[in-house]
Amino acid sequence: MTRIRLARMVGSYGVVIALALLILFGYLRYENFLGLFNIMSVLRYNSMFALVALGMCFVIMTGGIDLSVGTVAALGSVAAAYASPYGPIAGLAAGVGIGLVVGAINALMITRMHIMPFIATLASMLAASGTALLLANNRSVPVSYQSGFTELGQGNLIGLPIPAIIAAIAFILGWLVLNYTATGRGVLAVGGSEESAKLMGLPADRIKTLAYVASGGLAGLAGVILAAQFGAGQPIEGVGWELFAIASVVVGGTLLTGGVGSVGATLAGVLLLGILFTVLNFENGLGWISLSAYWQSVIRGAFLLVVVILQARLIAGETTRT
Amino acid sequence: MTDATRAAVVARQPINPFDLLARYGTVIALVLLIVFNLIFTTNFATLQTLNVNLTQVCTIVIVAVGMTLVIATGGIDLSVGSLMAISGALAPMVFMSKLFPIGNIYLAVALAIIIAVGVATLLGLFNGWLIARFRIQPIIATLVLFIAGRGIAQVMTNGQLQTFKVPEFQFIGLGRVLGIPFQVIVMLVLVIIAAWVIRKTVFGRQILAIGGNEKASGLSGIAVKKVKLVVYAISGFCAGIAGLVVIAINSASDANLVGLGMELDAIAAVAVGGTLLSGGRASIIGTLLGALTIQLVRYTLLANGVPDSVAQVAQAVIIIAAVWVQQQGRNA
Repeated sequence: MTRIRLARMVGSYGVVIALALLILFGYLRYENFLGLFNIMSVLRYNSMFALVALGMCFVIMTGGIDLSVGTVAALGSVAAAYASPYGPIAGLAAGVGIGLVVGAINALMITRMHIMPFIATLASMLAASGTALLLANNRSVPVSYQSGFTELGQGNLIGLPIPAIIAAIAFILGWLVLNYTATGRGVLAVGGSEESAKLMGLPADRIKTLAYVASGGLAGLAGVILAAQFGAGQPIEGVGWELFAIASVVVGGTLLTGGVGSVGATLAGVLLLGILFTVLNFENGLGWISLSAYWQSVIRGAFLLVVVILQARLIAGETTRT
Repeated sequence: MTDATRAAVVARQPINPFDLLARYGTVIALVLLIVFNLIFTTNFATLQTLNVNLTQVCTIVIVAVGMTLVIATGGIDLSVGSLMAISGALAPMVFMSKLFPIGNIYLAVALAIIIAVGVATLLGLFNGWLIARFRIQPIIATLVLFIAGRGIAQVMTNGQLQTFKVPEFQFIGLGRVLGIPFQVIVMLVLVIIAAWVIRKTVFGRQILAIGGNEKASGLSGIAVKKVKLVVYAISGFCAGIAGLVVIAINSASDANLVGLGMELDAIAAVAVGGTLLSGGRASIIGTLLGALTIQLVRYTLLANGVPDSVAQVAQAVIIIAAVWVQQQGRNA
């Protein structure tokens, strides 16, 4: 029993502890690491990944997976860029709307046609990418700078980056839904055992549909921020975002088998992987060593390795004892 | 049961159109595509068209052969593209004597191939070790090298393009034997060996048994861990070879690009080819046909002036349609 507790502890708090240690390390070692400018830029840049990871977290908790999030973000950024002359609301509506549509198509394929999530979202990943390229004519689509749309990515509100505020709101909503609503508990029940959840009378298909639609919508929202931040809709961006999001969710202790998960730990997972990159930049700035940006992925991979081995050992101990 | 009664039983069963489609759908689609092209696409029935399509599909099939075995055990290998990048980065470093001086070019090329493919195989073994020893889910275990592997290749080359002109090595991608591109021969040899292994060997049976029911296989005395280790090592081996083919064709190795997105192309080919993603069944020939179908659809659309972006959407529809039809066939 203690091992189960320990596993849960490492799962949900381990990532927070690691994040705190990494920030402490950065604070002690580098000047300006906790400077306002650095904090702001880390939050601004990582908010897109945080939104995508939040959706992925819900999908994974149902026992599924969503490979389409990266190209849906690209598609969302293109749609938002076209709508940007009509203002930020129009841009948001276009980007999020198209993400919701792809999410709904994913849900249909998975719940009605019973296609495995991996294959269904692999196909929609291709289709979303093709549609983005088609809409954008294979180029990046410049956004309007007059309508206030770019504020969504570049602006500040009460001193905080607007994209970070959007991500924070999304995470609070996600946390509330998961912990305090029937749907949220249903997500975990379906992921734990779909059969039992159905026998208990839970609307498993509806819960899964909500998870995939939310994931699509959040990916579209990330695309809106992408377009606003970089001043253009980017049809070829988002490659590999899905796997980065999966890595963040896993580092956050959510099991890929479904049924267990934490919204807060997912956020910590995103920040942890994101801040690793910042630490690397600061380290290079000191001039002792010169690690190219390519080390970033090596370090992220090594980090993921340590986390999954730890998780696996704790879970193995858990199952052999019971 | 005598042959006569068996025939009677078979005859009594109603023929399910989905079952037929599921079994022969890929072949039918392939034939239809060829017929369509013979009528509508100019210059289709030429050796050049054949070569273009075969060379494009070659690396996907080579990787997909290993992927089919992995998927047959109920696993998946996301790291193949990154392993291709590592193998593709390593080989030129060896045969251009960047790591250590080698006098003889043939020796250098031989060493380059052995080291590059060997390292990829070892990394595949590492995937298998994570999965077998720690019981980490294959999708996460191979995600580690998916992320870190390309980084390793980029760090090795500092992200820079390595160009070369070494005909002795590039024979892998550009050479011909009796008019057939050498890479196509490599592909066919791998396909034939893998199909034979699955159908005729104990090891092949064990792979399918593990994919069908891992627990039962373990209880019936199959060395589940060992089989998994070997299967992931084979997947790494195939990725290593594919990486060499890609750089040989390009006369250059770019760690940022070699094998990018290959894992998904390979998985799509396997799925369209009729191998169940949940394991327990495998068709290597199906994978070959699946990859050819996807390639030919793209070629047909592009050759008839349809933009690449639309071809991508079409590819998505085909993957879903193929998988759905196969499911209907099985459920019936």
